[in-house]
Amino acid sequence: MKNLVKKITIVMLIGVVFSLTGLAQAAEKIYVPMLTYTTGPYAPGGIPVDQGFRDYFKYVNASGGVNGVMLDWDTCEYGYNTDRGVECYERIKSKNGQMGVAVFPLSTGVTYALIPRTKADGMVLHSMGYGRTDASDGRVFGHVFTAPMTYWSQASAITRYIGDQIGGLNNLKGKKIALVYHNSAYGKEPIPTLEALSAKYGFKFLKYPVNHPGLEQKSTWLKIGRQTKPDFTIIFGWGVMTQTSIKEAKAIGYPVSKLIGNWWSASENDTRPAGAASVGYKAAGFHTIGKNYQLHKDILAKVYGAGNGSGDKSVVGEVLYNRALVQGVIFTEAIRAAQNKYGNIAINGKQLAWGYEHVNLTSSRLREMGLGGFMKPLKITCANHEGANSLLIHEWDGKNWVNPSKWYSPMYDVTRPMIESSAAAYAKENGITPRSNCN
Amino acid sequence: MIYREAGQFKTTYKSDQALLPIAQDRFFVMALIAFAYIVIPMVANDYWLNSIFLQFFIFSLAALGLNILTGYAGQLSLGTGGFMACGAFSAFKLATSFPDLHIVFVLFLAGLITAVVGMFFGIPSLRIKGFYLAVATLAAQFFLLWLFNRVPWFTNYSSSGVISPPPIKLFGDYYITGTEATNLTQYFFTLTLVIVLALAARNIIRGHIGRSWMAIRDMDIAAEIIGISPLKAKLSAFAVSSFYCGIAGALWAFLYTGGWRGFRYPKIILGAIHDYHWWFGFYPGLICWCGIYCGTADFSQFRSGVIRFGVIRFFGNAY
Repeated sequence: MKNLVKKITIVMLIGVVFSLTGLAQAAEKIYVPMLTYTTGPYAPGGIPVDQGFRDYFKYVNASGGVNGVMLDWDTCEYGYNTDRGVECYERIKSKNGQMGVAVFPLSTGVTYALIPRTKADGMVLHSMGYGRTDASDGRVFGHVFTAPMTYWSQASAITRYIGDQIGGLNNLKGKKIALVYHNSAYGKEPIPTLEALSAKYGFKFLKYPVNHPGLEQKSTWLKIGRQTKPDFTIIFGWGVMTQTSIKEAKAIGYPVSKLIGNWWSASENDTRPAGAASVGYKAAGFHTIGKNYQLHKDILAKVYGAGNGSGDKSVVGEVLYNRALVQGVIFTEAIRAAQNKYGNIAINGKQLAWGYEHVNLTSSRLREMGLGGFMKPLKITCANHEGANSLLIHEWDGKNWVNPSKWYSPMYDVTRPMIESSAAAYAKENGITPRSNCN
Repeated sequence: MIYREAGQFKTTYKSDQALLPIAQDRFFVMALIAFAYIVIPMVANDYWLNSIFLQFFIFSLAALGLNILTGYAGQLSLGTGGFMACGAFSAFKLATSFPDLHIVFVLFLAGLITAVVGMFFGIPSLRIKGFYLAVATLAAQFFLLWLFNRVPWFTNYSSSGVISPPPIKLFGDYYITGTEATNLTQYFFTLTLVIVLALAARNIIRGHIGRSWMAIRDMDIAAEIIGISPLKAKLSAFAVSSFYCGIAGALWAFLYTGGWRGFRYPKIILGAIHDYHWWFGFYPGLICWCGIYCGTADFSQFRSGVIRFGVIRFFGNAY
């Protein structure tokens, strides 16, 4: 009996020592709560992004962390459902008493819900290419980042592309551009920009909302294909919505080559299920496609080579996978920027926000990271949390995304004043005094 | 059945008409309230306060509202989600148009506005009942959301159609919404609101209005013959029910998600419909049930089913 007590005591002591060292180690890491969705109608979008994130984090850790500081993360599955996303955030926002530094919700709805919460928790909210566009005004939204581009920028850059197709923006007069959008906070974001541009260039702007989850679009495309016959149709879809749009357009006889998907309607998971119908479909992106970059080779070697891949190897280099890499690169670059100021420590969310405001991804820096030519250089500042970036349009040939267009820059002269006035209205409604020490 | 009322004699009218005439009920409810006010705030962490209890109280209010309409007045309704949205948007318009208005008045007025809207959608109940009425009220769900989506005035011309409630002070330096609101403030506020409104509902049920609802529920023709006006009874049920749902919706938008997107039909309400039991007449039971439903959001269906079944078995027969 005495022996047993002794044994138990020893085991417990060892346990305590181990857990203490565990705690000590945990504090040395940078913790990221990861909100994901790999089930439900939006899983086609959620899965590759999730895989890309985790692969990149594993790759960073396998190459010695960010200046020696390792990344740590927990995931929570929320099914692209805003209520559950908020619950997930509250559940995993901290680990062992250590608050996470940043969150990437991958949902505009959740982004809106988390803006006040992350502010209270001192965390960075980076909504890359989604979320609340006017949060690009860093003077009002100190902790929210929209880099490298927003929906408003995207809508204006796509308009520029359309102008190019018909021989100049001046030829837009009298043309018809339709927007088929997911009837949610996400899909409605580009409307003010397109309305402003339609007034400026004199094209007719038609809106077609599609309700969640987007499988029922017959009447929408009947109107587009038979009644209004727009010259170009922009698609703001997500999940199963986009492939349905493509199929319905084809079924009604609307030329698929006149469809332009936004960057969330631009993945293989949108075009492959639509089969032959999607040949000629065009879609935007703020980065290129494929795995012929040094970073991809390194990830394949260090992560998949070690049997640590987060998913199917063939997904590496797909559109949404690459998008996750952009997210990862900006995030780690922000950590490095913050570490330049605060030392090579496990920084906190406030320090990370400072780091984000000093991200400067030049083309040589991108080359260093193994992503030369992957995306346009990006510089985030205190006032401009979007930075300035460009997009390009790819075309689907039935198997691959081909024919990359030239890079189109957004019309910041149109969007930036809109962002500033919208952010000022938010600041007034919420009693926020915009920072005056920016620039 | 865990206890019987045998031996508890009522000697005065007052004790006979008490809110909870059985001693065990009284003690149970008081202990529950004391537990909610004292023990939970001491032991619960932020996650539980914010993500479990807050949701649970808000849905409890919505379930109270639905229970009045479907449970007591017998009017099948699927419009609860729409009425919640109506409450959320009215509260948002009120709070942004009158920034100095106290949160309690914002909620109260939002409830009143929703009550009027609910009465409007209750008009078909004068002609149809049962499933036909359920489908007619479902129109509220679709029409209201369509309206808020469509008319930018409701969202103060927000580009994405999302409303962001402004930070509001409860009193002094205690914020109830926005980034400075603490989970404890929100917890106590919603808890008190649920208790006050549950008490009010219980009293309405005991009075002549509640009795007229029950008469209509049990047999509308007989009720009419004994002098109850179906118009008044049905529309007042819709009004009171929508009042509760409106407040729940406003709280959901203001305290929980900090906004309102196209609200998917809350599963709690769907659950309330097919789990409609007579033990809902016992409000602490209803609220407990709500908690179980919300708290098990992440459990497997099987597990929550077992717990729900167990609770209904356990407390159910007592009422």
